[in-house]
Amino acid sequence: MSRIAARFKALADQGRGALIPYLEAYDPDRETSLALLKAMPAAGADLIEIGMPFSDPSADGPVIQAAAIRGLKAGATLVGVLDMVSAFREDDATTPVILMGYVNPVESYGYERFCTDAAAAGVDGLILVDLPPEEAEVLEGPAAKAGLDIIRLVAPTTTAERLGYVLSHASGFVYYVSITGITGTRSASAQDLRAALPRLRAVTDLPIAIGFGVRTPEQAAEAATIGDAAVVASALLATLAETLDDQGRASEHTLPRVLSQIEDLAKAVRATARTPA
Amino acid sequence: MRPQQGMIPWGPNTTAGGRAGTQGGEGAVELVMVNPTEQAAIPRGGNSLQSQPDGKGHFGGVHGGRFVAETLMPLILELEAAYAKAKADPAFQAELAYYLKDYVGRPSPLWFARRMTEKLGGAKIYLKREELNHTGSHKLNNVMGQILLARRMGRTRIVAETGAGQHGVATATVCALFGLKCVIYMGATDVERQKPNVFRMRLLGAEVVPVTSGAGTLKDAMNDAMRDWVANVADTYMLIGTVAGPHPYPAMVRDFQSVIGEETKAQMQAAEGRLPDVVVAAIGGGSNAMGIFYPFLDDSSVRLIGVEAAGHGLDSGKTAASIERGRPGVLHGNRTYLLQNADGQIEEAHSISAGLDYPGVGPEHSWLHDIGRAEYVGITDGEALEAFTFCTEMEGIIPALESAHAIAHTVKIAPTLPKDALIAVSLSGRGDKDIFTVAEHLGVTL
Repeated sequence: MSRIAARFKALADQGRGALIPYLEAYDPDRETSLALLKAMPAAGADLIEIGMPFSDPSADGPVIQAAAIRGLKAGATLVGVLDMVSAFREDDATTPVILMGYVNPVESYGYERFCTDAAAAGVDGLILVDLPPEEAEVLEGPAAKAGLDIIRLVAPTTTAERLGYVLSHASGFVYYVSITGITGTRSASAQDLRAALPRLRAVTDLPIAIGFGVRTPEQAAEAATIGDAAVVASALLATLAETLDDQGRASEHTLPRVLSQIEDLAKAVRATARTPA
Repeated sequence: MRPQQGMIPWGPNTTAGGRAGTQGGEGAVELVMVNPTEQAAIPRGGNSLQSQPDGKGHFGGVHGGRFVAETLMPLILELEAAYAKAKADPAFQAELAYYLKDYVGRPSPLWFARRMTEKLGGAKIYLKREELNHTGSHKLNNVMGQILLARRMGRTRIVAETGAGQHGVATATVCALFGLKCVIYMGATDVERQKPNVFRMRLLGAEVVPVTSGAGTLKDAMNDAMRDWVANVADTYMLIGTVAGPHPYPAMVRDFQSVIGEETKAQMQAAEGRLPDVVVAAIGGGSNAMGIFYPFLDDSSVRLIGVEAAGHGLDSGKTAASIERGRPGVLHGNRTYLLQNADGQIEEAHSISAGLDYPGVGPEHSWLHDIGRAEYVGITDGEALEAFTFCTEMEGIIPALESAHAIAHTVKIAPTLPKDALIAVSLSGRGDKDIFTVAEHLGVTL
């Protein structure tokens, strides 16, 4: 069983959903982001999403854009991102790691080579925002061969007739984009989410993560209850940005503040468990 | 992915009909508006170069496509269906023909540039006068088509990106004409260097949003326009100004711009009784070039030359020549030649012309380059400035800096060709917007 499937199964046994915090690789530098990555499981991350910085993140809001720019300035490359995952795997063999980003750097690296190297580094799944199933053939073969899941996004605009098609290309889990918009802007209401999820459940048995606009512990608990996981990205990156000094460098507050926010989110998500871990 | 050169020559015709073609202008002396309904009835042959893209929006199986986030996928599928329906609808084509004639001012003349020809001492040079269109460039051809489509789709809010501001002005113009809300994204750098166009757009009732992300130029404006669209899907139509973006934009914009080439073909027949030997056009995203090339794609005797902005020079590191110095990659919804670094991060383009200052190019050009049907060359900022002055002095026509790139290449090749050779140059826009830039480079204070 893959790490992703194993983790979702274990959480289902506890009767709770997952918390998936996001960090942007090399934001604001390699050392800090690696330290954050390594500390995330202890702070309560059930799965981890790592953003691969791209120069033109057209589906992202200002907070993730700024994080990507910081990451690129600090020298982020895909080689460097995979190297971070390898370093993380030295101490953690079980927490699933998903890489999220845009297709061009991966195409530039080479799909086959990237999937092989990512799997070797200990990556479990990929989300390429601008690679819809219509164009995904280039990735699907190499990813399957390497044992990587391709996590598919589903949006409120995804039509009923399209839903089955999209989900037939999904593995690992499904990422429900809870709003029509870019990351870190508005939030969906619990009512919207409750109305939206049955549509997905009817078509897939995969776990469903909810993201875009999940910011507070309450929202995370809701999303992890209505769905199977809550993804929190912009809220954490905004906190990280606040702790940087006027040169954009990490301060002594950077790690403690981001990690304490993850702890608060995790506490709320874990409180929804039927049986404590 | 590398382009598979030579592997996919003129592929099978998988689109329904493609855009049909050429105006039956043989022997026609009087130029009439193209009747698109007649064209739509002519099916394209299986090996026609006009049969691209395929059903997935791929040109030659590699370039183009639909690389967008899932939130936008259903919208571009809806757009594709709506456009296919409109294209086949005589009422839509008649409506478009009406506005092109009475509002845009088509057909535009094909001007024999006599003094330029005599001075250069070679081929006969004809200028296709797209700068005489309303709003001063070829941009309105496409914008008019798309705004009629947006109205058919019931959209009430239009967003667009703009570089030099020509597409923004054209879009703001039709929004004023039809009373639609208009939001234009423009890089903060461009807002600063194109103040007259910013003021024009605001006069026309558009909201101009300066984009500060990235370097604050056209690529960043495109990112923010896409972000706006994704956040306002219910009422908003994204009106892309060039032959790039996710399918169906490259094919649709090309179709709307093809009126340039169709008229050129008929006008050259009327003037010279034959086709031109060479067609030259400047390329940023490549919409005026695609518009003038497309009707000639199957006329193998016609050389097609796309002129990219070399900026400070093709190998200076400060260039906008995506085909000559880029490699295929994915940006803004399509796969095409892009200026990018070894890690697949997109690089900033550099050109004196804000309209050519883009690190990509339309995917159909990438394909035409791969199969060798069109040639792509570079012209530097300095060469474009010289051509700007040359055209102004010789013909009394102040060309846009974009168009000056096409003229500069014409100046290079005309003397090398026999006197009976015919060159058609797309004069895509007028240069009024560029006088401040040119003055600065000539050391003149206005």
